[in-house]
Amino acid sequence: MLQYSDKVMEQFRSMKNAGRIENADGIGKVGNPVCGDVMWIYIKVDENEVITDCKFETFGCVAAIATSSLATELVKGKKIDEAMTITNKRIVDLLGGLPKEKFHCSVLAEEGIKKAIEDYKQKKSKK
Amino acid sequence: MKKIIYLDNNATTRIDKRVLQSMLPYLEEYYANPSGIYYFAQEVKKEIEKAREKVAKFLNATPFEIIFTSGGTESDNFAIKGIAFANREKGKHIITSSIEHHAVLNTLKYLEKQGFEITFLPVDKYGIVDIDALKESIRKDTILISIMYANNEIGTIEPIKEIGEIARNNNVYFHTDAVQAAGKIKIDVKELNVDLLSISGHKFYGPKGIGALFIRKGVKIEPVLHGGHHERNQRAGTENVAGIIGLGRACEIAEEDLKNTEIKNKKKKLKDKLEKGILEKIPEVIVNGHPEKRIDNTLNICIKYIEGESILIQLDFEGICASSGSACTSGSLEPSHVLLALGLPHEIAHGSLRFSLSKYTEEEEIDKVLEVLPGAVQKLRNLSPFWKEKKI
Repeated sequence: MLQYSDKVMEQFRSMKNAGRIENADGIGKVGNPVCGDVMWIYIKVDENEVITDCKFETFGCVAAIATSSLATELVKGKKIDEAMTITNKRIVDLLGGLPKEKFHCSVLAEEGIKKAIEDYKQKKSKK
Repeated sequence: MKKIIYLDNNATTRIDKRVLQSMLPYLEEYYANPSGIYYFAQEVKKEIEKAREKVAKFLNATPFEIIFTSGGTESDNFAIKGIAFANREKGKHIITSSIEHHAVLNTLKYLEKQGFEITFLPVDKYGIVDIDALKESIRKDTILISIMYANNEIGTIEPIKEIGEIARNNNVYFHTDAVQAAGKIKIDVKELNVDLLSISGHKFYGPKGIGALFIRKGVKIEPVLHGGHHERNQRAGTENVAGIIGLGRACEIAEEDLKNTEIKNKKKKLKDKLEKGILEKIPEVIVNGHPEKRIDNTLNICIKYIEGESILIQLDFEGICASSGSACTSGSLEPSHVLLALGLPHEIAHGSLRFSLSKYTEEEEIDKVLEVLPGAVQKLRNLSPFWKEKKI
């Protein structure tokens, strides 16, 4: 079993923003169940392009759930341009580090957020 | 510390107090190196030989056929490398199963790099080795078959006696890793036709750091640890005296316990209660391993749509210790090779959970698991993208 930081465990315990947003403005689906990690990130964006709500559904280990939870917390209330600057490194730093084998979880979380924003932009451009 | 509910007894067991008591004098006043020629050392040496007799009796072997080692891993390494190096003139082919413990699997993979050829036999969906495939895979240059007695992850018991007969009829040495079988089912090396058999003390209420290898008289084997003249020149290194004494006592107790129907029935009843309770309370759970041919303390399940490590940590919050074969807990990117060999898809294997009971497990501990687990599973399923879709 891997050693996790207190912050990882805190996020895993609290699981902030867990769940689904019905009628989300953008959805980012990343990961692969074969590898054991899947994240679906949902965002709600207002007319000022501010992410007013962000939730996640995750199939995966403690690190996958903790990184999803933290990432959704990070982008909530931010403008989409600012949210696009999120990096996996920042997620890892804010979690007080991740075991090396779990770095890919933070990458997935970053990708999930970005994919959700791109999905929002694409939907918007079609309107 | 929170009250611990320890249901990871295939990983290790709590030492029996009687075992601990038997060891203490050899950590304190009887500290002589048994190789010494003075009386003080000879007294210790005598006790080692008594312990060897106890281990031999436990396996229905003779004391001459028992070599003490540092545990299951060393016993497996000794058996496999020892046979391989001593018999390479005869051949370089070794047969094993695809669900062996890493102590066997990785030792054979090492030998593969040294030029040996290894056949990894498939198993059926319950984990039973394919006997026809075994017969077909035996060649003229086959020198060893190594197949475990009971699987550590799923508990399936292999047809060792039958495999032993096949090995004998083909004049091939047969080793079995009986680390998970010892103390759980009766072991009789004569009846089983095995030539080499590994056991480990801490899996059946003995101390860690001690094990034994049964080597049938006449078997051609080379030592793996070189050094002094210990263990009849078979295994160098000053004896782990307290460990050896403890192993002897653990074997004695295990022999009594195996005859004790009260202990046997209690463990079986609690395991059945846990299995039935989980299947009743939690939908979409698969039980792994053979329905009958299974050591009666082991319950391995796959909980669909969620991942094993997350479940383990949820249980850990409540003081419940269990284990999983998910990738995250195996320390690699792949889930357990045992679960994959059963034909389970990766995404299902990631959701595996193993409970292994001991003679100390109490009914209220099982009740607590049945109270906590459904909620923990539901919490994780609620945030799993696959739960609502019912597909993965």
